[in-house]
Amino acid sequence: MKRWLADLWEGFYTVLVGMKITWRHLFTNSSTLQYPEQRWELPPRSRMRLFMKYEDCIGCGQCVRACPVNCIYLKAEKRPATEPPIWAASGQPIKLDVKIFDIDMSLCCYCNLCTYPCPTSCIYMTPEYEFAAGDLTQHLYHFAKPKAKFLTVNPKPKPAPAPKPPEASPAGAQS
Amino acid sequence: MEIVHELLVKLFPALAGLPPWLTLALSAAVPAVLLVTFMALGPIIYVYAERKIAGFMQDRLGPMRVGPYGLLQTIADAIKLLFKEAIFPRGVDKFLFLLAPCLVVTGAFLPFVVIPFGERLVGADLNVGVFYVVAVASLSTVGLIMAGWASNNKYALFGAMRSAAQIVSYEIPAVMVLLSVVMLVGSLSLQDIVQAQAGGLPNWFVFRYFPLMPIGFLVFYTAGLAECNRAPFDIPEAESELVAGFHTEYSGFFFAMFFMAEYTEMFIISATASVLFLGGWLAPHPALQAVGPLELGPLWLIGKSWALVFVMMWLRWTLPRLRVDQLMHVAWKVLLPIAMGLVVVVGGLTLWPATAQGFVWDRYVGWPLSLALLAFLAYVMVGARRWQARRIRELAA
Repeated sequence: MKRWLADLWEGFYTVLVGMKITWRHLFTNSSTLQYPEQRWELPPRSRMRLFMKYEDCIGCGQCVRACPVNCIYLKAEKRPATEPPIWAASGQPIKLDVKIFDIDMSLCCYCNLCTYPCPTSCIYMTPEYEFAAGDLTQHLYHFAKPKAKFLTVNPKPKPAPAPKPPEASPAGAQS
Repeated sequence: MEIVHELLVKLFPALAGLPPWLTLALSAAVPAVLLVTFMALGPIIYVYAERKIAGFMQDRLGPMRVGPYGLLQTIADAIKLLFKEAIFPRGVDKFLFLLAPCLVVTGAFLPFVVIPFGERLVGADLNVGVFYVVAVASLSTVGLIMAGWASNNKYALFGAMRSAAQIVSYEIPAVMVLLSVVMLVGSLSLQDIVQAQAGGLPNWFVFRYFPLMPIGFLVFYTAGLAECNRAPFDIPEAESELVAGFHTEYSGFFFAMFFMAEYTEMFIISATASVLFLGGWLAPHPALQAVGPLELGPLWLIGKSWALVFVMMWLRWTLPRLRVDQLMHVAWKVLLPIAMGLVVVVGGLTLWPATAQGFVWDRYVGWPLSLALLAFLAYVMVGARRWQARRIRELAA
């Protein structure tokens, strides 16, 4: 009898405890994100879709060699000497004409290894993640633009000999 | 029904000239149509509420897409179910297969006839009201077994057998508790039972004979929960064990009928519980009974019933499903002895002349005690909310 009463009380009491927990959650703010209207604020260095700034590419092919899954296709030809000289934004002269620069995002493994060797930082990952497509071929992104406008002036000409640094001030010494 | 008759005659004086059987039929049709509409449209509200409450309790939002706050979601679902094909699998017994959902819906709907919505707003004030509710509500068991058998599917049959065992077992403690209320009132009519609780909150049967009737209420509510196959007693349609129990093979409108029956039965159980224990259409204080000429009776009854329906949903998202043997244990070894003890003790008290018309205990001890208990529960619940707020502040910090 005592056991029966204890069981009864325990059953009743634990039901109340459970109800208290669900009651508490009834007033908790929901953690649902209404996706198409609301989106996650992605950190600025998220590794989502790859992007290549064609105007800055010097066609060195380092990213192609770095890619572990071979998803970057590059075809470059030597730029004829008759063409006007062009530069990348980082000040590197572009000596090769990049004819094809394709990235197959369906193969990409988002490892970010291609962005490190790039000497002009023209290939990088963007936080853009909504690029679902109905067809796999739409994941092959063509970055080579036949009518790109390159810089025809060296944006960072060789700096003139630096002026002699002023006499070391106490603040300068500290830094 | 008389009130409808008077109203009709007042609105259309020509009706007074018609033969009495015709006016009677007309005035019976009006409440019938009203009640059928209430039953058919009720599940739209209940399903929406259920999904929303489920969402909120699991820190989700629930339906949000169709209409503002997902308000049109269940309407869209209902329309979809209406237009879907009703599939008859090979090997079903077509006649029984069609008859079963009709029986279930009928069983769920018939108790509406005696549920009093106001002093005169009652389909028929039968003098065997309580008995009628119990008898008619178990009609749906027949429908469930029929559905399980006619489906020619092992899971459906399992579900049907389980539901039969469960409903038959839980009917007994529920009826025992009803019996103790009936002994207190001395009448089986639901209207008489409501009138016996007149005079405000302390006279409601939940607060009478302090430890006795509150326990009776809990027993009745638990048994009722089991009778309408709701979680944690939803073993007849346990979706993780049987595919969907007795309605595995049903689709389209017939499935919708089972759903409608389940939600209507929830309302019926809650309405019966509020009529028997929570004063039915009576307001907590006589002053709140009417605003001017407007009777608030139906609002009180529906409000109380919906509060109980909410608790059912709350329990559903709180408790895990019972095993079959645990279910039988609860019915036969826990609820039944309590209910039987209740019948004996309450019967003895009503026989004792000093207690027949309520009791000193009721007025001076029982009522404050029940109030203190309720206040304690409310305090715990509010405390839970404050705890939550504190926790959020801690997490934010």
